[in-house]
Amino acid sequence: MSQALVIVAHGSHLNPGSSAPTYDHADTIRAAGAFDEVRTGYWKEEPSLREVLRTVEADEVYVVPMFISEGYFTEQVIPRELRLDGWDVADWDSDGLSADVATYTAADTGQTVHYCGPVGTHSSMTDVLIRRAESVTEDPAVGEGFGFAVVGHGTERNENSAKAIEYHAERVRETGRFDEVQALYMDEEPEVDDVTDFFESEDVVVVPLFISDGFHTQEDIPEDMGLTDDYRTGYDVPAEVDGHRIWYAGAVGTEALMADVVLERAADAGADVSSAIETVRETTRVAPGADD
Amino acid sequence: MLARQFDALVHEAESGVDFDGLQVARAADGGYDFRTPDHEATGLSEGELHAHADDNPYVTNWYFWEREVQRHDSPRRAFLRRAEAAAEHTVGERYDALRDGMVTEWGQLRIEATVDPDTGDRRYDVRHVDDAEHAVADLTAHDDPLDAREVAKHDDDGMYRPLKSATNAPTGWVFPDLDWRDAVETVELFLPATVANWYREQRGELDVDHWADTMERQTGIYGVVEELPREAVEWVAEAACDDSQCTKRREWQYSADDELAADGGAGVYPCREPCSLVVAAGRKWTKLEEEEPREYTFRMTPSEKEQVEGIIEAVADDRVDEIREADVYEDANRYRTRYLRAKLFDDHGNLGGVPTEQDDHDHDE
Repeated sequence: MSQALVIVAHGSHLNPGSSAPTYDHADTIRAAGAFDEVRTGYWKEEPSLREVLRTVEADEVYVVPMFISEGYFTEQVIPRELRLDGWDVADWDSDGLSADVATYTAADTGQTVHYCGPVGTHSSMTDVLIRRAESVTEDPAVGEGFGFAVVGHGTERNENSAKAIEYHAERVRETGRFDEVQALYMDEEPEVDDVTDFFESEDVVVVPLFISDGFHTQEDIPEDMGLTDDYRTGYDVPAEVDGHRIWYAGAVGTEALMADVVLERAADAGADVSSAIETVRETTRVAPGADD
Repeated sequence: MLARQFDALVHEAESGVDFDGLQVARAADGGYDFRTPDHEATGLSEGELHAHADDNPYVTNWYFWEREVQRHDSPRRAFLRRAEAAAEHTVGERYDALRDGMVTEWGQLRIEATVDPDTGDRRYDVRHVDDAEHAVADLTAHDDPLDAREVAKHDDDGMYRPLKSATNAPTGWVFPDLDWRDAVETVELFLPATVANWYREQRGELDVDHWADTMERQTGIYGVVEELPREAVEWVAEAACDDSQCTKRREWQYSADDELAADGGAGVYPCREPCSLVVAAGRKWTKLEEEEPREYTFRMTPSEKEQVEGIIEAVADDRVDEIREADVYEDANRYRTRYLRAKLFDDHGNLGGVPTEQDDHDHDE
């Protein structure tokens, strides 16, 4: 029986870059050949979540949300738009971090849909955060003498939003690789504006736990941290701020290794992708330091 | 005809071939019967069958559809059959036409199918309809369907296209030599889900979510769109779903038993529910429609009033860029418009110096 992967993401009516990471990761996974079909669907772009399943021929579909946290989109909008009749968030049996998979028959197409938890709360996302630090510093051994900040949006509307940030910050901390690790937020305490207050290390890698680069990661956060007065003029990596060197990484979702998290989600849901995971890990491996 | 095609025909003759006018069967005496609409031979040995089948378009046609495309009852097969008008013409007629190329228009896409008459292999050229007359060498050529996502992303002015079925598809590119799989994939990536929905419509199975259904299921910040008055939904359809703006044919109405007066358009593929752009714009219109009208008093000359009307027309019809810098006879000419602003606006941007007197309604977005 053929199996398909559908990656669902927010997309944007205004920002053409919003869907780019989703396309990139889909392409990486497509090239690895584990699925008969790999498709993408969007809330704000096309094909819409409402219609994406009818562009898929396979009977067995693994749906992985390119979202950071469990909440409104993963628990209400996506299941509703995909027409997962009988969807009940309790089927995920999650505490806000632990959703893995729930299986339904799509009312629209009759396909068996394995609806996976979002990429942002998967344990392997921690590896991507660390890989992002390696990428931005071009040092595969980065860690010693460095601080590491995971940045989230933070919002009062969704308590799970902060949970994902804290979860990964704690996991990065547990690796013992970086001298200091801190979770910071745009809209709540502790704020990313004061990033240098939270670190003694001279070098600090700052990685936003966002899916794509856009308004927040390209404009707000660089300006809030004092990397630049005006995002349009750009900023250095690293940039000097209050005696610290800030290595600002941009959205973690643009890191090539993200494709691995998508595959891990599908694998957890029962997809036969083990060889693809190896391939993707290999093809998304950066070779920092090899750059000239 | 290739050796593998004849081998397949012999193999399939055991259970009987009956496709697109080709009939091949194994008779009780062990010989083969071979029939097309204009040819019939019976009691053939395998060697004789080969002689009849060779160079016969019905055979390579059978092989292409039944051994390569396969997938009966699939949207992509139906789409490819449509591209050579398979329901309307015999194989012989199609091969004649395909030698010169058969053209399908799909929104702003032009798909030209051709055939290699020796093998039945179809190739497809996909490009913008406006580039029909251009040589491939004069266009930017692509061979990977995935490139379609990037090509379709911006219009000819470099502006982002969030709506793939909008009428501003870029020109200047071509996928000149695609196989059938990649041809469908390219169309799918350019105009997502249009083949699937057209196919459902062909089968009488298109599910339409009307305005009221679609808005009723919205939540979060879009929950309010349900409150947009019935009358305003007409204006939404007229504004956004017109053929000048979108290549889809609007099939959704206000509700199943309440049709909109606005024309749904003539697109080849249907629109089965208000798209996300319409929902997002509907939210803004819902908020705007909550305001109560009030009377303002301005003094304008008749020509100034007409000019305001002309500016709105020009912006709504996307004609602003066509208006020449020195053409002060056009209402929306920049100098004319700047003159009007200089004359009629006060220092706060108020038309006629009349304050707008906003209510405390929500202006955030």
